[in-house]
Amino acid sequence: MFEQHLAALPIIIPLIAAPIALILGRSLLTWGFATLISAWACYASWHLLLAALSEGSLSYAMGGWPPPWGIEMRVDAANAFVLLAVTAVSTLVLVYSKNSIEKEIDSAQHPLFYTAHLLCLAGLSGILVTGDAFNLFVFLEISSLATYTLVSLARDRRCLTAAFRYLVMGTIGATFILIGVGMLYMKTGTLNMLDLAERIHLADGNRTINTGLAFIMVGVSIKLALFPLHAWLPPAYTHAPSAVTAFLASTATKVAVYVMIRFIFTIFGADYVFREMGMDLILMVLAIVAIFKCSYMATAQSNVKTVLAYSSVAQIGYMVLGVSLVSVTGLMAGLIHIFNHALMKGALFMAVGAVFYRVGSVDIKAFRGLGKQMPLTMAAFTIAGLSIIGVPLTVGFVSKWYLVTAALEQQHWILAFLVLAGSLLAVIYIGRVLEAAYFQSASDDASAAEVKEAPWLMLIPMWSLVIANIYFGIETSITTEAASSASEWLFQNSKVLEVSP
Amino acid sequence: MAVLIDLVLLAMLAITALRVIFLKDLFAVVMLFGIYSFLSALIFVSLDAVDVAFTEASVGAGISTVLMLGTLALTGRTEKENKHSSLLPFLVVVVTGAALVYGTLDMPPFGHPDNPVHEHVAPRYIEQSPKEVGLPNMVTSVLASYRGFDTLGETVVVFAAAIGVMSLLGIRRRSEDETPESGLKEHQVLRVVAKLLIPFVVLFALYVQFHGDFGPGGGFQAGVIAAAAFILYALVYGLPLAFQVIGPKFLQLLAPFGVLLYASVGLYSMFKGGLFLDYNTLASDPVAGQHYGIIIIELGVGITVFAVMLSIFYAFASQAERSNVQ
Amino acid sequence: MSFIIDYYNYWIVVFLMMTGFYIVISANNLVKKIVGLNIFQTSVFMLYITMGKVSGGTAPIVAEGVTLYSNPLPHVLILTAIVVGVATTAVGLSLIVRIKRAYGTVEENEFQNEDDAI
Repeated sequence: MFEQHLAALPIIIPLIAAPIALILGRSLLTWGFATLISAWACYASWHLLLAALSEGSLSYAMGGWPPPWGIEMRVDAANAFVLLAVTAVSTLVLVYSKNSIEKEIDSAQHPLFYTAHLLCLAGLSGILVTGDAFNLFVFLEISSLATYTLVSLARDRRCLTAAFRYLVMGTIGATFILIGVGMLYMKTGTLNMLDLAERIHLADGNRTINTGLAFIMVGVSIKLALFPLHAWLPPAYTHAPSAVTAFLASTATKVAVYVMIRFIFTIFGADYVFREMGMDLILMVLAIVAIFKCSYMATAQSNVKTVLAYSSVAQIGYMVLGVSLVSVTGLMAGLIHIFNHALMKGALFMAVGAVFYRVGSVDIKAFRGLGKQMPLTMAAFTIAGLSIIGVPLTVGFVSKWYLVTAALEQQHWILAFLVLAGSLLAVIYIGRVLEAAYFQSASDDASAAEVKEAPWLMLIPMWSLVIANIYFGIETSITTEAASSASEWLFQNSKVLEVSP
Repeated sequence: MAVLIDLVLLAMLAITALRVIFLKDLFAVVMLFGIYSFLSALIFVSLDAVDVAFTEASVGAGISTVLMLGTLALTGRTEKENKHSSLLPFLVVVVTGAALVYGTLDMPPFGHPDNPVHEHVAPRYIEQSPKEVGLPNMVTSVLASYRGFDTLGETVVVFAAAIGVMSLLGIRRRSEDETPESGLKEHQVLRVVAKLLIPFVVLFALYVQFHGDFGPGGGFQAGVIAAAAFILYALVYGLPLAFQVIGPKFLQLLAPFGVLLYASVGLYSMFKGGLFLDYNTLASDPVAGQHYGIIIIELGVGITVFAVMLSIFYAFASQAERSNVQ
Repeated sequence: MSFIIDYYNYWIVVFLMMTGFYIVISANNLVKKIVGLNIFQTSVFMLYITMGKVSGGTAPIVAEGVTLYSNPLPHVLILTAIVVGVATTAVGLSLIVRIKRAYGTVEENEFQNEDDAI
């Protein structure tokens, strides 16, 4: 039973659990329930990854209707890998959120928070697992609606305007994707991704397909906050409740990066997108501008959540840069960074949330002297921060290593240099926070004395991610194996398309 | 003739949309949107999409417009003059529009039966679904069975909207003595007409719910129409009385129940050895199984949509009452 | 002439989409933005329904003596999309109500000024 339905479980479990969570209705009860459900989904994803690695790809026909007539779930190493990261972070964030949302969200709304979180998880899993282009749109909207709700749950009124801006941008993005998918459907008569891939190159006259590609790429770029379409992200991440930011920063945009990879490699074919349409150059330029512009913006912010939000946009630049290199190593670097960045940003935002829990502010001034008062939290922040910079023995180093290798493979010396130069900016924005925490003393002694270490329910998930940062930084074989087989799989299937029609 | 109707309707749509840009009176803007929605429903009818037209008319022109008017009542009805330049948006739109027009140049000509859309996947729906699923309405067959997972997702989207609105606006019950005068007490004619009308609207909703297999309609439209009946009741007789008929707490249980009813069909088919939402396994005869499955999931959709639409209306209406008191 | 009849529908739909899109990105009033978003989406629905039409066909409900039906699949997709649209609209409008309560205005430049002032 478990084996047979494995490909569908990571979606179905949270999807069915969300309405139950609303009915349960009590804060503590829904917290335990949601955490267990998310852990179960994570367990299923782990088995799914193992199955995908051994079998190549799994297909599950919803409703028993064979594709392309019915909706197919299709799992290979690429989406199983990202799915595992998403469900794992979701579980840890749920453990963490109990204390965090007590401080940041009205207690009457706690059940709504957990319901929305489960809906968001179901939506993200659906986007990852589905093999149907229109079904992807439906799950995109489930996760988006849940996200707007989650962002707007904070007490600060600015979360409302941030959520509204996010809603407008997100809906425009989704509608662009809908237009693009419509154009593909118009020329091929199908919505199934693999079927689309086969028929897309048979279509006569490619002006409609070209436009479809353009609209899908712009729509997805809004969702993944690719520079210059990132304006919605910093306010949303800054003003959302900390637990929400920790979850979204490490999952939502990553899933959108996956969608971009899926559309480029599986549906359109790398050859068409990069060689015929020249998308690689566009993506590369935007990625580099994102890395430098947004890292620079991060160095100039006083709110630490905003610093990390801009850093996220810059890190997305690294992922897209990996994709734009059009090589197995480059794509692999992008995929590894999706996973690794989830570990780093999850830990960082959790640490910042813990500071807010104890100090009540996330301004950089509030961090003064915290190195002594909250040693465990700040140690977690430090290690995850070093990981963002790319210091050896952390996962950040692994990401950068493969990215630089991929650049050097193609003799892109300047690119390799730029990747390393980007890290220097990360040294500045992480360093500013660390300086305040360790080398400046708290200004107000009376209130400073009362600041205690974060509660263990916040420290455990935070440190789990920190340990993962170090573990996967040293024992790199697991992630690199999964990412390289995912990358090879994507390229192989993309190449097959070039030959067969 | 059909072409001519089409041309005229499209031209009217263009005029309506353009008018929205320049109007500052938001009440008029919202009414124009209602008109836009109705006109598009007419287009949908002329393009053979009767189910879609039905939904557009009840949702776009109905629920959406009501909610927008409710929002206007709380936020004011005139747009302020703003001085910032509209050149950049205009350029963005021109570029996007140009890309789209470029894209249309290779689009298959309108209405030709041998266009790719009609060739690959669709023929099976048209030829086989009356036998495989056993329903005359192919849209219902595809919606509820072939692409039943999409429809589950759609029901969850509706549910997610309810979560959003509930968390943003909440539904507060005031204690009795605080209750302000609401409803339309002086309008006797309205009250009588509403009382006469409501049973028929509910009856029609039930007809749409259970006749969706044979003609246009289904759970979604039925849910919206049933919600409309109660919205009418609440408007005429006031919120407190409507809360006594169907309270927000009850709706809060009903909305997840519909989703669960839908999902339970999927789980049951898994226990019977099939894949998720495989209705063939529900009965010994696959076609009968399809029929059972579709009836139940349509009911789930109807229940959730009804509960969500009504609670969203309640949320907006109680906001409006609160601001009236202040 | 046949070229124009073949493509007239598409072009008007593109025009409508862009009108809606323009309202979304240029409007300063949030309610108007949502109206624009709805017009934009409804026009995209028209694109889908347009491609599903078969000249001389009828609505895809089995009837005696009819052999040519329009394509039911775009109809199904758009039914779903309409529902998604109204869900987004409801959440967007609730946000507007809350913004009005928190800032006293629903004009984008006014509350942006307030946000920046903090």
